Amino acid sequence: MMAFRTRSSALLGLLRKEAYHILRDRRTLIVITLIPIVQVVIFGYAIRTDVEHVRLAIVDPSPDSATLALRSRFGATDNFRIVGVVPRSADVDRLFQRGEAQEAIVFEPGFAARLGQGLPARVQIITDATEPNTGSAIQAYALQVIQEYEREINPAAGTIRIVPQVRTRFNPTRDSSNLFVPGLMAFVLTIISSLMTAISLTREKEMGTLETLLVSPLRPWHIIVGKVAPYLLIGFVSVIGVIVEARLVFNVPLRGSLALLLAEGLLFILVSLSLGILISARTSSQRVAMFGAMVGTMLPTMLLSGFIFPLESLPWPLQMVSFVVPARWFVTVARSIMLKGVGLTYLWRETLVLVVMALVLLTLSTRSFKERLE
Amino acid sequence: MNSDRTIVAKELTRKFGDFVACDRITFDVGKGEVFGFLGANGAGKTTAIRMLTGLLAPSSGQATVAGFDVYSQSESIKRQIGYMSQRFSLYEDLTVSENIRLYGGIYDLTDRQIRDRTDAMLSRLGFRHAAHDLVRSIPLGWRQKLAFSVALLHDPKIVFLDEPTSGVDPITRRQFWEMIYDAASAGTTVFVTTHYMDEAEYCDRISIMVSGKIGAIGTPSELKRQFGTDSVDDLFVRLARPAANAPPESRPRP
Repeated sequence: MMAFRTRSSALLGLLRKEAYHILRDRRTLIVITLIPIVQVVIFGYAIRTDVEHVRLAIVDPSPDSATLALRSRFGATDNFRIVGVVPRSADVDRLFQRGEAQEAIVFEPGFAARLGQGLPARVQIITDATEPNTGSAIQAYALQVIQEYEREINPAAGTIRIVPQVRTRFNPTRDSSNLFVPGLMAFVLTIISSLMTAISLTREKEMGTLETLLVSPLRPWHIIVGKVAPYLLIGFVSVIGVIVEARLVFNVPLRGSLALLLAEGLLFILVSLSLGILISARTSSQRVAMFGAMVGTMLPTMLLSGFIFPLESLPWPLQMVSFVVPARWFVTVARSIMLKGVGLTYLWRETLVLVVMALVLLTLSTRSFKERLE
Repeated sequence: MNSDRTIVAKELTRKFGDFVACDRITFDVGKGEVFGFLGANGAGKTTAIRMLTGLLAPSSGQATVAGFDVYSQSESIKRQIGYMSQRFSLYEDLTVSENIRLYGGIYDLTDRQIRDRTDAMLSRLGFRHAAHDLVRSIPLGWRQKLAFSVALLHDPKIVFLDEPTSGVDPITRRQFWEMIYDAASAGTTVFVTTHYMDEAEYCDRISIMVSGKIGAIGTPSELKRQFGTDSVDDLFVRLARPAANAPPESRPRP
């Protein structure tokens, strides 16, 4: 009992020391606190893939009731701005080349008449796909407008097919901030947990203070806990910060359980911290540790987690690699909780993967930490 | 076993793969002795110290430190020793008293003990005014003296000093050695490595490691007589040179 009390006071001493390190390193402190806030704003505004005021050209060889109705629908939404109505499809080439139009809707002649006779009425959607993501986004917007019209004039369904069906679930507004926030949480946590832990542990190596701690009666787990706990706390606070900011600034919903989201966040922090320890055990300078953490954790989190690039659009070898990227699983979990509102019943597989990763990495990192002493 | 021997090593060996870093070294150190542990870089000093401080398990041989076995009782050893590395071992972004408090806590001193010993230490060193200064802001010589005092904070039976005076000016080095003598006369065994041969002369006994083996051991004057040299410096060069200058192929292979 006595031994426990004194050991825990030694641990408290370590935690206090780590707090001094963090609080006195002003620059790092500012960076840690600003990263999440700034990132949310950057990703929220700068890297939006939402499309508004798409410059739309209309080719209408024989204006009739149906084409006029559709045209007014396009004109009525904020997503489109009609830049010109021309009689022949050859005329839109000019508009595309000058960049005046991003998209064109081409009606076939006698559109309303064909619809009236129950014949397929064709409408062509031409999209400027110079920027492929935007291209496919605005294409989908246009399809949606046409489909809605089709449904309305033909509630019985089936007889007329104008366009193939496109479904947009869970994020019908296609609001990209809804998608980026979970990825951003993973990114911020990776920076704080992996990078900061790796750097602060290698700093102790460089300074020679780690050796002094190792020669002391402290057990390796004391040193690791003392090192890691403050960053765990900071990471946790950042997650809450990102959720609140996303909510207030971008109205990103949290449809599922906050407690579950935080618990999964904690799990992901543990995985990232272990990676940080692992990196620091293999490196001896802060510079190398920083590089290792960037290549080994930050880049995969950014590129292979579905944060910025959809996983489905990756070539299959990279998709394979993404299975071992912890962020991939966390991003899936966080998105599902926030946007779909689902619970553990649906997410137990991803959660299990994260738990296994945490256990394996914690064991490996503690062991490699011990080996390094030798 | 003689009870005043605080460090006893018998045929202590450590291999890294095929490389024998420490090759059956045998020596002992008495209570309150200042023992100089010399050797060129890479001669195996660090490996030996790591085994004695419980950081590294020996491959074979035996050793006890403060009466505890290095294989099975390294945790007990750690409580009985103090350690100061060649690299500076205090935290630069903590104040003097925060550092003392941290190490006091690590070695299970009570708050009261920490307070009393901090007071006594800072008065003895004449540092009282600097108690709340960041370590970063105090001169290197002071820091070394402070680090040594912190290594002695928990009254260890043995203190290991790994090149404690490297980069320190001659006056501070002299003061540092006075502190070493004070500690030794209070009964603490001092196990010190150094590159300064004049400092080797200050030791009660020295050993010189050459290529993982102990090339010579004894008091400085005994060794000088035995090898017919005028100074420990000459003695060191004579022992260490052949190994250090030989091409790698001709070095003894395991």
